[in-house]
Amino acid sequence: MYVYDEFDRTFIAERAEQFRDQVARRLSGELTEDEFKPLRLMNGVYLQLHAYMLRVAIPYGTLSSTQLRKIAEVGRVYDKGYGHFTTRQNIQFNWIKLSDMPDVLESLAEAGLHAIQTSGNCIRNITTDQWAGVAPDEIEDPRFWAEVLRQWSSLHPEFTFLPRKFKIAIAATPHDRAAIKVHDIGLRLVRNDAGEVGFEVLVGGGLGRSPFLGKFLRDFVPREHLISYLEAILRTYNAHGRRDNIYKARIKILVHEIGVEKLKADVEKEWERIRDGYLKLDDAFLADIRSRFVYPEYEPLEDAPEELKRALAADARFATWHANSVARHREPGYGIVTVSLKPIGKPPGDATSGQLDALADLADTYSAGEIRVGHEQNLALPHVRQKDLYALWRKLDAAGLATPNVNLISDMITCPGLDYCSLANARSIPIATAIAERFADLDKARSVGRLHVNISGCINACGHHHVGHIGILGVEKNDREFYQITLGGKADEDARFGDLLGPAIPYDEVTDTIERIVNRYLDLRQSESELFIDTVKRLGVEPFKEALHAVH
Amino acid sequence: MAHPHQQKLRINGPVVITANRLADGVVIHRTGEGRWSESLDDAQVVRAADEALAALKAAQADGLIAVGPYVAPVEAAASARPGNLREKIRSDGPTFPLPSDAPAAYLPKEAGKVAA
Ligand code: HEM
Ligand code: SF4
Repeated sequence: MYVYDEFDRTFIAERAEQFRDQVARRLSGELTEDEFKPLRLMNGVYLQLHAYMLRVAIPYGTLSSTQLRKIAEVGRVYDKGYGHFTTRQNIQFNWIKLSDMPDVLESLAEAGLHAIQTSGNCIRNITTDQWAGVAPDEIEDPRFWAEVLRQWSSLHPEFTFLPRKFKIAIAATPHDRAAIKVHDIGLRLVRNDAGEVGFEVLVGGGLGRSPFLGKFLRDFVPREHLISYLEAILRTYNAHGRRDNIYKARIKILVHEIGVEKLKADVEKEWERIRDGYLKLDDAFLADIRSRFVYPEYEPLEDAPEELKRALAADARFATWHANSVARHREPGYGIVTVSLKPIGKPPGDATSGQLDALADLADTYSAGEIRVGHEQNLALPHVRQKDLYALWRKLDAAGLATPNVNLISDMITCPGLDYCSLANARSIPIATAIAERFADLDKARSVGRLHVNISGCINACGHHHVGHIGILGVEKNDREFYQITLGGKADEDARFGDLLGPAIPYDEVTDTIERIVNRYLDLRQSESELFIDTVKRLGVEPFKEALHAVH
Repeated sequence: MAHPHQQKLRINGPVVITANRLADGVVIHRTGEGRWSESLDDAQVVRAADEALAALKAAQADGLIAVGPYVAPVEAAASARPGNLREKIRSDGPTFPLPSDAPAAYLPKEAGKVAA
């Protein structure tokens, strides 16, 4: 956990007060909607189809049990008793009244939570691996650097009105769980030949209407220069990014238009000028931030304790869940538990206030009071003793939080789509629930193996459809919902965009088509260990095309 | 579903003026008396483009009550019905049951069923 200092606490509280005044001025008519909209967006307040939506940041995906209870409380008191976890380590509330918004922000601030820079053309919430600090193969805890960047980017006067939004993600392990290649800046912690820790820097990745993978800008930035180097990138983007056309305003388009070499030359020139100035990180500052990350006091334990072995042998449902949802921890005798927010037939990423309260209690008992949020819209308990796993599982199961489908076909990334979003062409959530129900037999889903289905309700790609093993994109034809299907996308270190299977299909045909695609894969795979994505890689989309046409 | 901002004022069928209420975001519709109602039944149904444009302009001047007014299609029978899926969802809410803490509401369907 990171312990905020007095400065942060005061700042968040003052910001909530300021917004109270802005809302009052809007409600009294002193501010027009045109004047108010940028102010509300700066505080994470959107207007959706039926109500306002509030997006709350979960910096680097780490929550204390107290914060989780606060989220549950806001859901219960001001919303309809649930919230929606997004792909960018945020939570969204869908039904909050504008007139209640100031009270909500004040209440969130009591727990150190806020909605600052969750919207607008600024540097957004910096995201990272949900297993940060506990993954066995990580170079160092990336949250530490996310916090450095949070402090640098919060209310940065020069970067509050960028040409467009700006998203940064950090990975610290060889396997990328933070999708850094599809962010405006992707950072990977690396060690150079001298053994020093620094950053590999990618730039210009992004999804949306024109998807691009991040390009290598520099293979090693020494860590004391992280901020000065990013400042040089942002400054170059701020000066040259296209403000004339909202569709061309992201840094990915600048990189595409001028080329990464030209961008690099400009960035290096600016960096040379500022790198040894006040932005150079000194040891005292870094030590101070480091000291405010508190880790649990791990007990000296051994892997695979007797209690666990006995439970695995005695309870098949538990063993199934364990194989699916528990990952190796840095510390022996501990495990990382993924909590699926994809119960079959329910909206992906949603959790009720009751579930969140239950999870907060379980985190206190079993996970040093800590909860994590990942970009796949699931939660994690990062510090669970292996000997407690059975007891934890029984309680998760009772709360409907133990669906053993992590990384299976029913573990879909899904945007809110036309059921909530005013930009949508088509619905996403009912497509996801229908597919999950088709594969409700998790034995079948397990025999299919790892398969990521990602669904977006429009080209903005909030549901990451480009990088799904199967991507589903809602489009509109003559006022009807249609869906384009892509195969072969990936979001990790080997990121690539999926290839279009063929013409869009109507709403009613999506589930059958997905099932036919999966069956085709089962026919085509060379062995049970060849994953869906690898079969598509080997054969391309061609042999899957017949799945688009129903055999009558 | 065409995004409202992309709509030109060319209408082919009955329409209403719709918006979200400023204070709480609730969907509202403009009535014949120039007021706003949560019920589509109360909405003024318009069939001519110039009439719709005049009503929209008047609605836009009403920024203290309504945010983002636009012209939405309806099916006009005895009373107006939403004219497309977007408007239907705005009027009836999401097309699935919302998550709820009511007992058993979120029990996974496969509870007790999984074999190893
Ligand atoms: C009211 C709801 C939302 C609105 C209005 C909205 C709007 C947008 C827009 C306009 C873009 C395209 C940006 C661009 O290409 O420059 C976008 C991208 C994106 N949004 Fe959303 N979004 C919403 C909800 C969500 C949710 C629920 C999630 C997570 C599940 C999300 C995550 C993302 C991500 C990951 C991208 C693509 C990454 C990128 O920026 O290239 N958004 N969103
Ligand atoms: S992808 Fe489109 S429909 Fe889905 S949340 Fe983003 S903007 Fe809305």
